[in-house]
Amino acid sequence: MPEAIRLRGARIVDPAAGRDEVGDVGVAEGRIVPPDQLPAGALELDCDGLVLAPGLVDPHTHLRQPGGEDAETVETGCRAAALGGYTAVAPMANTDPVADNAAVIHEVLDLGAAAGLCDVFPVGAVTRGLGGEQLAELGEMVEAGVRVFSDDGRAVPSPQVLRNALTYLLAFGEVVVAEHCEDPSLSEGGQMHEGLHSGILGLAGKPRESEEIVVARDLALARLTGGRLHLLHLSSAGSVELVRRAKAEGLRVTAEVTPHHLVFTDADLVTYDTNLKVNPPLRTAEDREALRRGLADGTIDVIGTDHAPHPVERKEVEFDQAPPGTIGLETALAAVLTYLVEPGVITLSRAIEALSTAPARLLGAADHGGPIEPGRPANLVAFDPQASWVVEPPFASRSRNCAFLGRTLRGRVVHTLYRGELVVTDGKAQR
Amino acid sequence: MNKHLLSINDLTAEDIVRILDVAESFREVGTRVIKKVPALRGRTVVNLFYENSTRTRISFELAAKRLSADVINFTTSGTSVAKGESLKDTALTLQAMGADAIVIRHASSGAPLTLTRWVRGSVLNAGDGTHEHPTQALLDLYTMRDRLGRIEGLRVAIVGDVLHSRVARSLSFGLVKMGAEVTLVGPPTLIPPEAPAWGVAVSADLDAVLPKLDVCYLLRIQRERQRQQLFPSLREYARLFGLTRERVGMLPEGSLIMHPGPMNRGVEIDSDVADLPQAVMEEQVTNGIAIRMALLYLLLGGAGEGGADA
Repeated sequence: MPEAIRLRGARIVDPAAGRDEVGDVGVAEGRIVPPDQLPAGALELDCDGLVLAPGLVDPHTHLRQPGGEDAETVETGCRAAALGGYTAVAPMANTDPVADNAAVIHEVLDLGAAAGLCDVFPVGAVTRGLGGEQLAELGEMVEAGVRVFSDDGRAVPSPQVLRNALTYLLAFGEVVVAEHCEDPSLSEGGQMHEGLHSGILGLAGKPRESEEIVVARDLALARLTGGRLHLLHLSSAGSVELVRRAKAEGLRVTAEVTPHHLVFTDADLVTYDTNLKVNPPLRTAEDREALRRGLADGTIDVIGTDHAPHPVERKEVEFDQAPPGTIGLETALAAVLTYLVEPGVITLSRAIEALSTAPARLLGAADHGGPIEPGRPANLVAFDPQASWVVEPPFASRSRNCAFLGRTLRGRVVHTLYRGELVVTDGKAQR
Repeated sequence: MNKHLLSINDLTAEDIVRILDVAESFREVGTRVIKKVPALRGRTVVNLFYENSTRTRISFELAAKRLSADVINFTTSGTSVAKGESLKDTALTLQAMGADAIVIRHASSGAPLTLTRWVRGSVLNAGDGTHEHPTQALLDLYTMRDRLGRIEGLRVAIVGDVLHSRVARSLSFGLVKMGAEVTLVGPPTLIPPEAPAWGVAVSADLDAVLPKLDVCYLLRIQRERQRQQLFPSLREYARLFGLTRERVGMLPEGSLIMHPGPMNRGVEIDSDVADLPQAVMEEQVTNGIAIRMALLYLLLGGAGEGGADA
């Protein structure tokens, strides 16, 4: 059962409370308590030099279950999440069968509860079977707890269907349609960003416009409907600018970026490393700069991992035969600390906001994202921002297709508390 | 020289000159009655061809045999690959059998580089996807130097589907490296948008380019591109970009017509034009054997060269 714990002397970074100071945090019976009200015999954890933050929340995960258990299961994915400092994840609907009905949503919720390593907030499909034609039974999934709907992997192809989804969901309050923005006719066959490097490497390209056209279309539909739109994994400078203008106009839109798009560029593909084959593709240094600026100024709201496990034999193949995707739950925090916080692109508080507070709001995950205040569920992460480590297997994820393989990152999760339980301590998963 | 030949960009201008010079010595071997030297006796060369290619495979096979190497031809139909074996497992098998060099032709760009992760021997790229075909470029450079006495300063047009051509990539990079002036000519849908960054010029007007050329290099046009709506019809392509009898008259005296083969007579080149004395396609084929002999010899560290990593 949850024990009483004193986290002593950590730098508490809690964007939801506007707090950044050294102090103690008490945890008892799964909740935050004032340190002076801890029962005698509480476990003392020396957090000197560590940052204590609300547990991270991943708004964009692929847990592959049901159907893709050779790549990941809810349990292995949740363990990877806990080791990465996450206390909540949002698995996408592109499972087999597709999470387009309440039964599959309940199955994923049950698997998450059985694993008990973090909270699971399943994303429901917008259309049946991700087919793009008929709306899934959205209301029934809302009743099952779904707050985000997405056909991730593809955009809803028909503007009319997307219009209907945005409008229909107005009935249910803060419910979101999350779009993967890609025009399939422009990107068909594409293996990487279309540009200098695709030309030299002889790989078919996906132009920026394959994303930007759909971003522009979706923003127009948000304007038309007044619906709540979220844009997944932006990759191009033009998309960031479109979102910036839409927000200035007052549209109800939020946007996501992944750690790998914030770190790598298309130039990194010269080795044909299939772990860097992702969708949308890694773009140019100019695009990466725009994504970083967008994250810093709040145009981009959340960092999502797009954790996309694939069995090794599907990635150890010719580049054009490999599926896109990188795992990310175990490296996201360290990547953000190493490449964004340490060089001063964003502050630590902004990083925690984008990794925890803002995605918790997006998912309607009221128990997550802070504030770290007495009475609130104790979903917390403590990490050492200075510890450097080399990314290499074994991973807790069942897959090892990681874009950061071989890289040295700074920032290591020490403790993860999920509802007051130390699911990770001293950097090790407890079960 | 590196251990592998994956891309023309792996080579310096000096490397290229050295390869052409060694090929010069080996070309003589092909004129003998007994066309064989013992340079690679006891070495094993595997031709691993995932795509059909009669001319390149035979050229490599002859090159290796003329150097006295043992040659294994591994084509993918009717083999373990047809049964679904991965590139990795095929590579590990060839590695276990002690292949000193693997010549690979593959439909996927980058497959030769990927192969180097799993084998200890040298890997020679015999054409990968729409990436590169470095031995073709080297034999073309050899042919130009042989016929025109130099490469530096030559004005070369590469005409056709540059976007999907591994030959055009390797040849452009090689020519630019050697100081030639390259113009890519074709419908803009078939020219990579970033091509000017390669150090080449781009034109859609063949008639304007022809009078200033030392070499007019034609690429094979694939019917598939018309289906992809990259140009309206083969007829219109031939009209705008085909090398016709009339257009040959616009070429300066002494200029060459080249084509990597196989040709589509009547599309990118008129049948009569292909048979003109200044069209040197057969010499390209002959020189290809000498170039591949030179590469195998240099990469495998032939007689007196020491190890392959030297």
